[in-house]
Parts: sequence; structure tokens; C-alpha cells
Amino acid sequence: MSRRACVAVFAFALVVLPTSSALACGGLIGPNGAVNLTKTTTLAAHHNGVEHYVTAFNYAGGGGEFGSIVPLPTIPSKVEKGGAWTLQRLQQETAPLVQKEAAAFATTARADSAQEVYKTRIDALDITVLKGGGESVGIWASDHGFRLPPDAPEVLDFYAKRSPYFMAAVFDSKAAKERGQQIGDGTPIHITMPLRSPWVPLRILGLGKQPSEAVTADVYLLTDRIPNLLPAAGSGFEIERRVPASEDLLADLRSDRGMEWLPPFGMWLTHLTINSTAPQLRYDLAINVDGGAPSPTRAGLVAPRTPAPTPVPTVAPTAELTPIPVVTGDLAAAPVSQTRSTWPLVLAFTLLPISAVAAFGWWRWGRPRTST
Amino acid sequence: MRLRGRTAILIGVLLAAVGVSASASISAPVRTVVLAVRHSKFSVSDLEVKRGEKVRFVVRNEDPIDHELIVGPMPVQIRHESGREKWHPPIPGEVSVPLLETAETSFTFAERGTMWFGCHLPGHWTYGMQGQITVK
Repeated sequence: MSRRACVAVFAFALVVLPTSSALACGGLIGPNGAVNLTKTTTLAAHHNGVEHYVTAFNYAGGGGEFGSIVPLPTIPSKVEKGGAWTLQRLQQETAPLVQKEAAAFATTARADSAQEVYKTRIDALDITVLKGGGESVGIWASDHGFRLPPDAPEVLDFYAKRSPYFMAAVFDSKAAKERGQQIGDGTPIHITMPLRSPWVPLRILGLGKQPSEAVTADVYLLTDRIPNLLPAAGSGFEIERRVPASEDLLADLRSDRGMEWLPPFGMWLTHLTINSTAPQLRYDLAINVDGGAPSPTRAGLVAPRTPAPTPVPTVAPTAELTPIPVVTGDLAAAPVSQTRSTWPLVLAFTLLPISAVAAFGWWRWGRPRTST
Repeated sequence: MRLRGRTAILIGVLLAAVGVSASASISAPVRTVVLAVRHSKFSVSDLEVKRGEKVRFVVRNEDPIDHELIVGPMPVQIRHESGREKWHPPIPGEVSVPLLETAETSFTFAERGTMWFGCHLPGHWTYGMQGQITVK
């Protein structure tokens, strides 16, 4: 049996066997505002100044249309169907170690519309690359029939401050059924982006999750040099493995669709496991492969220098009855105003000068006249 | 005598004006509370009102997603949390607020005690879109 066939069979087994982890990507949104995502697997490979981001969908519930929004650090040069077994082959490479150590882990105005800069269809997925702010991307999603979860506005703003590009993937279950796909099957997507340093969005994985709900993911990095990561491991993710990528692995990956760009040797494989919650996972993974420190801004730990303007709530006039309130978080206290009927006051102020003029006139008219 | 009569009329007119002015200050007040919603959070989490007071809630939705405002005691909140009403008609204390729009509703707090306000679209109440109203 050829190497390619071996890999394909093993990948099939990984997908079919109940022990295999489900694949998914981005923050999924659906008509009911939530989808039961199980786990995410992603490859962020970086070679010669180009990031190859490979991820796949696989969700465990729902029907009809579902969508996913993936923030992008820049405009992609290509979005295509991912390889058939790349993610599974990476899981295979690291599965023994995971099993061995598994026990150790437990404006007030409507914004401009988002610009659709790229559209393509991959199997049952309609892919649209959007350019816009968090608000306009949210509107785009709402206009396309999806109910975003309540944390979406904040999460989209978080990303829009760093990059205006998002990828929306709408999964059409009906089309998938016609293609013979089953609910739960994954569709890998391969995004190619020119990027000096690789970057992996992590916060988006918690989109729509309850605070106590676990966010789990496998992230694989393939880089020319040992990557420096920010934040450091331990704050919601762990480094499972950081080793030179074997030539066998690279050869297998190179034989998959769209992966021929991989060099035959000389790359580093890093396997990260995310085991966190949405409130904890408020950062992304910034990576530096040149030996320097990764950017805290790209990690989402520091606000960009020129943040997008935040609409300030307008404050209505506040009158005497001001029993307010406790201010929550960084939001300004709500304005409270008093509404009363004003016509009596207007009438009173109108009558006063009239009365004065009338009084003066009567006084003059009634005063005894003197003749000279 | 004639002068006195005119003076009396003048005083009467002035008194009438003052009386009308005074009546303005004792007319029943309607309080307006503006609730801004941004990042699925109300700008206010606690309110204090007087028994019998009528409050006009103006909800300004600054998010690119829909929200709603439901005012009432906890049983009402529980009913809405498990309810399936997608849209609330403009009945007192309940209003839907489409994305980036402003809507309003009024509610009269008839009895002393604790009331609540919040949004019951899926996941919104749990996410923190809720607040407490103390009726004194």
C-alpha cells in the first residue's frame, strides 16, 4: 500500500471512529444563536513569509444553514478547499503523546456596509471575505439570516480594531445533503495569506459559549524556525510538543491537496492544546519566527495605537430627580431625564409681561391729568 | 377707587399667572430612563423608582444584533426566558429593539419591591443583559 493510501485510510479511520475528535473552525453562529461545537483543529503553517491557515468545520447539532466567522489578519491571496487529510495526519503525528499525557490535563448611526472582497464556493460552504468594522460585519451576518450570539458585538469589535478582514463561511446543510455529506462531516478550508509572522485567532473560538463551557482546540504550527509565542503557555493553552517536523510527516502533508509548497525538511512542528473557557480566552496567538518577541497588539493583549473610535453614549439632560444608579463596568452611567408638561410654564411666562404692560397702561390712563 | 380697582385686577392677573406656574410643578412626573445597549450590556444595572411612578424607558441599541427590553417581576422574566416570542408588541414594559435602532416602552411601578429588566433573546440574560429595579 502506498504512503498516500495509508494516510488516506488512517485519516478515514480518524474521522469515522468514535474516538476521533471532531473538527470545527471559527465561531459558529446559527438561527438559534448557538451551535454545539465540539472541538477545533487548525494548522497555521508559515513558510517564506506566507501563512497557510487550514481549518475545518464539523458541528454536532442543528440543521438548515450555519455560518462561521473567522477573523483574518490580512486579505488572503487564496481561499481554497483544504487538503483531505492534512489535519488528520497532524493529529496522527501527535496522538500518542496526547493519549499518554491526557490524564495530566483536565455609533449610534448605522455603519457602512461590509465590503465583500472575495467570494467562492467550496463544497457546501459559501465563503465570503469581508472588509469592514465589527459593526458592519455583524450587520452583514444579521442581513444574511444569522443570529449572532450576545458576545458577538464585543468579539467582532475586538478583531476589527486589528484588522478589517473577516471570512464568513455559510454552511448549507441542504446542499451538503444533496452532495451526500452527513451532518458532522468536516470541510477543510485552506487560506493563504502573505504575512510576515503567523497569527492564530483564538478568542473567536469562545464565541457563543457559556462562561462555564469548555473551549478546546488543537493548534498545529509548522514554521521555518522555533516559534516564540505570546501569550506564554499556561494561560489557557499548553505546548504539547515542539520538535523538528519529521521528513515522513512533511512528505505526507506535501502529498495532500494544496500542500505542495511545504519544504521536504527543515520545519518545526509545534502542537498546542487549548483547554480554556470563553472568559479566560480573551487573546489570540501572536507568533514570531525571526527570534524576536511576538507583538502584544496582535495577541490582543494591548490595544492598537489608533483604535477605532468608540461611539460614546449620548447623555440626555438630567433633571432634579436623579436616583441613578450603579455604573457597570466601563460603561457610562445611563442618562436619566425628567419629562413634565411645560405648557403651564410657557403660559405663565407669557402672561407676566402682558400683565406688566397692561398694568402700566392702566396706571397711566388712570393718573389725574394736569393742565398747564 | 378707580386706581384700587385696577390694582386689584393687576394683582389678580399676576396671581393667576403664578398659580398656573405653580400647577406646572405639581403635575405628575414621567421619568425617562435612557438605556444604551453596547456589547450586549445595558448601560445601567440598577435603578430606583418610587411607588406609583411611571417610567418611560428609551432603549438605544448600539449593537449590530437585535435586543429587547422586558420589565417586570421575576416570574415575568422567567416566563420570557423560556418563552418563544420572537417579537414583542408595544405593550407596557415589553419592547423589541432591532439592531442599531431605538425603541421605547413605559411602565408604571404600582407596588413596592424588587423588579427586573432584561433581554431574553437566546443567551442574552445569562450573558449579563439584566438589571434590578428597586421600587420604594
